[in-house]
Order: sequence, then structure tokens, then C-alpha cells
Amino acid sequence: MSKIIEGLLYSDSHEWVKVDGDVAVIGVSDFAQAEMGDITYVDMPEVDDEVTKGEDFGALESVKASSELYSPVSGVVVEVNEALEDAPELVNEDAFANWIIKVKMSDKSELDDLMDAAAYAEIAK
Amino acid sequence: MEDNLKLTCLYDKHVALGAKMSPFAGYMMPIQYTGITDEHLAVRTKVGMFDVSHMGEIFISGPDAERYVNHIFTNDVRGLDAGKILYGMMLYPTGGVVDDLLVYKEFTPDSFLLVVNASNIGKDYLWMLDNAAGFDVRIDNASEEWGQIAVQGPDAEKVVVDVLGWPGAASLGFYTFSDFECGERMIISRTGYTGEDGFEIYASPEMTNRLWDDFLKAGVAPCGLGCRDTLRFEAGLPLYGDELSADITPVEAGLSMFCKLDKDEFIGKDVLVRQKAEGTAKKLVGLEIFDKAIPRAGYPVELEDGTAVGVVTTGYHSISLDRSICFALVDSAYSRLGTPLWIRIRKKVFPGEVVKKRFYQTNYKK
Repeated sequence: MSKIIEGLLYSDSHEWVKVDGDVAVIGVSDFAQAEMGDITYVDMPEVDDEVTKGEDFGALESVKASSELYSPVSGVVVEVNEALEDAPELVNEDAFANWIIKVKMSDKSELDDLMDAAAYAEIAK
Repeated sequence: MEDNLKLTCLYDKHVALGAKMSPFAGYMMPIQYTGITDEHLAVRTKVGMFDVSHMGEIFISGPDAERYVNHIFTNDVRGLDAGKILYGMMLYPTGGVVDDLLVYKEFTPDSFLLVVNASNIGKDYLWMLDNAAGFDVRIDNASEEWGQIAVQGPDAEKVVVDVLGWPGAASLGFYTFSDFECGERMIISRTGYTGEDGFEIYASPEMTNRLWDDFLKAGVAPCGLGCRDTLRFEAGLPLYGDELSADITPVEAGLSMFCKLDKDEFIGKDVLVRQKAEGTAKKLVGLEIFDKAIPRAGYPVELEDGTAVGVVTTGYHSISLDRSICFALVDSAYSRLGTPLWIRIRKKVFPGEVVKKRFYQTNYKK
């Protein structure tokens, strides 16, 4: 059984969002990291890149496969988690503590399309 | 489970060990047990074993067996000593590859064992039948009757000697085999697909199950197809479907050394002779990119200005070497060692260069 944290929002492509004012902190769920197995590389955008809700902004790579990351919101990247460049395994160790990007949202109403923890628990199994 | 998937004789063992199972070549196969990285390193540093019972075993016998095998096979079996093994390919008249395979010269006169890829067993068997006209040979597809375990790694010799109780295993040279009698016929061959020393042991399904348990008790790590691919890739070994196919010739794949053009004839020879003389439009190369991003099969290979010049066939962030490397089929003009090339990975383009295909220094028994 994978871990799910209350108070975060979730996408059906297994990203989580923590809302901090106008900024969305985005990572992948514990379910997603477990499905991937040992993560060897996190492909991330650069600061100031634009991301669009529902479109890929990067990818997680394991030895065998790559899995694209889809942005749950639209906006501009304000920070990327540089620790993941040298230590992608941090996502396996704690997928909720190790966020991937922070996005300054252009339309906060997009958050309404995301799930709460209880709804996400239904699909992450 | 998908329809029509076959199970190997060791299927129940894999499930009991908690393997992640997935369809491959028409069989439900173990992809990993503990993890690809762990299993890969077990083979590189100690010893691991693979269920390769899905591989095909086709026996050729009869007065014309040698002449027939030489007709369908690129390597040269003329006068081959019993107990010796050759790697090579079967080709279409176009020079494209039907399959790559091992040919074992049996101890019984006029007899050969051909070991073929699981995904190609049916196609290969029909190909052999279709090309047997005029040869007095018997072609026997015995794939369902044989299990096979590959025991691979620096400790393989010790563990095979111990488990079989047969010191003779230690004196088998690379690419030779021996029969082993234990109430039934077993074939023990010093071959593998990992770049390490090792053995491939062919036996009945029942005996294969007993051997699996014995190797497990002896501390051999069960290894899935996931690391079989990462290991063979690092060792520069091709996989049919990725580096070899009906559309890729052995000359393009850099496997000319296994094609004996001094033989009178074999199917596809004319095309290879011409390609050797005139060169080929494409060549398979090794490529390295200077980043941790991972080049995967199908990704485009480009010049700096974005012109496409090839495609990745297999790629990994190498477990043993910590380098992002791949095989790629590229225009021959860009195949020389050191040539700068770029790989497009999703939205980014990564610079790299052509490197040797044998990425990992292999450790075969001489």
C-alpha cells in the first residue's frame, strides 16, 4: 500500500501539488515512484520555462523505462529541485519530501480539476 | 494474462520468488526479482542465473547435415570438431537477418544443435524446412522438450562444478560444450549473453527445476530479463529485433567476422560480398552522450544543425560504467570513432560522440 498525504492535491497521472500562495510545488506520488522502481534520472525543465496543464514537463527514468511527468497546472517554472540532478534516488526514498519543480500558476482555477487525497486513494492501487 | 502466452518450465519458481512477470517473445517471463541493478551487479561481481528455457533448440541430422547447415548459416561449420560451438546468423537472400543463433557440433556424427531466439522459433523452423530441398537431413524442433538455465558471473565455474559434482565443467573452454549423463542427457556449454564467464545448461523440464533449486541453495542470484538486456548491451552483444532484423544485414551491424565469405555459398552471401566491397548506407555504432539523460530505442540521432542521421536501437545509463550509452544505426558517413553526434531526448538535444560498441571489458574464459 503506497503512502498518500492529506492536504495535497493529486492528478490522475500521479503528480501531487502543494499550494503555496500563487506557487504550486509539484512532485510525484509514492505510488508512482514504486511503480517506476529504481529511479536513475529526473529530466526537469529550466527556471523560466513555461509549463501547460496536462502537457509533459520532464520525465522520470528507471534503468528500463522512462515515464513522462505531466504538469497539473499552467504557469512558469520558478525553481527546480537541483538535488535530484545528482541524487534521483531521493524520489524513491521519499516522493513527498522531494518535490521536482515549483510553478508560479497563471490560473489557480485549474487546481479545481485535481483530486483530494481520498479521491486519489481510489486510483492509486 | 494475455491469450496464448506460453510458460516456461520454471514459471512456478518465478512466481514463488515474487518475480515481476511480463510477456516477452510469446512467453510470460521474469523481468526482475529484487531489482535490475542488484541482479546486474550480482552477475558482474559474483554469479547469477537466468531462466532461458524459452530459447529454441532445433536438431539437424543426416548425411547432408554439414553441407545443409553451411548453406543456411553465415559461419563455417566445415570440419568443426565435436563439442565446438559457433555463433552466426541465418540470412534472407537480401542479406537481412532471419535470426542469430549458436550452432553446436554434436558428438554424434552428422548432427548439429541450433539454438535460436524464442521469438523466432516458428519462423526459423519453417525457414529451415523451406530451404532443405536437395539436402538429405532431418530437422527436429525440440524446443518444448528442453529447459535451459544460464549461470553467469565470475563465480559461475565454482558453483557449476559444485552443484553438478562434476569437476570437468572447469576445463570446458569458451564456446565449447559437453554432454553430461545423469539418467538423461544434459548439455553444458561455456557460453552466455552477459560479457562474463558462464555456462548454459540444457536439460529436461524436470531436471531444469531441480537444477534451479540447487543453484538457488548454492547462493546463485535469480536474475530476470531486465538485467539480461543491460548486461548483453554493455558487452556489445546485439539483440534480434533491436540491432538485427530482416532490414539490417550483418555487415551493417558490424558482425562480418561471423560471416565467412570464403565459403562457396550460403544464403545471402552475394549481398554481403557486395556490401563489403561497396560499403553500406548505414552502420551500427556505439554512442555516448555527456549527460545522465538516457538514450532509448527509437530516439533520433542528429547532427548539430538538427539533420536526422540515425536512430537509437538500445540505450541505457550503464549500470557498470555509469555512462549514458547506446547502440545506434546511423548513416555510414558519421560512423567513425570520435564523430560528434547529438541525440534528441524528448524536448532536449544532448551532444555526444561515436565510441566503441563493446562498452564493457568482457571477462570470458579463454
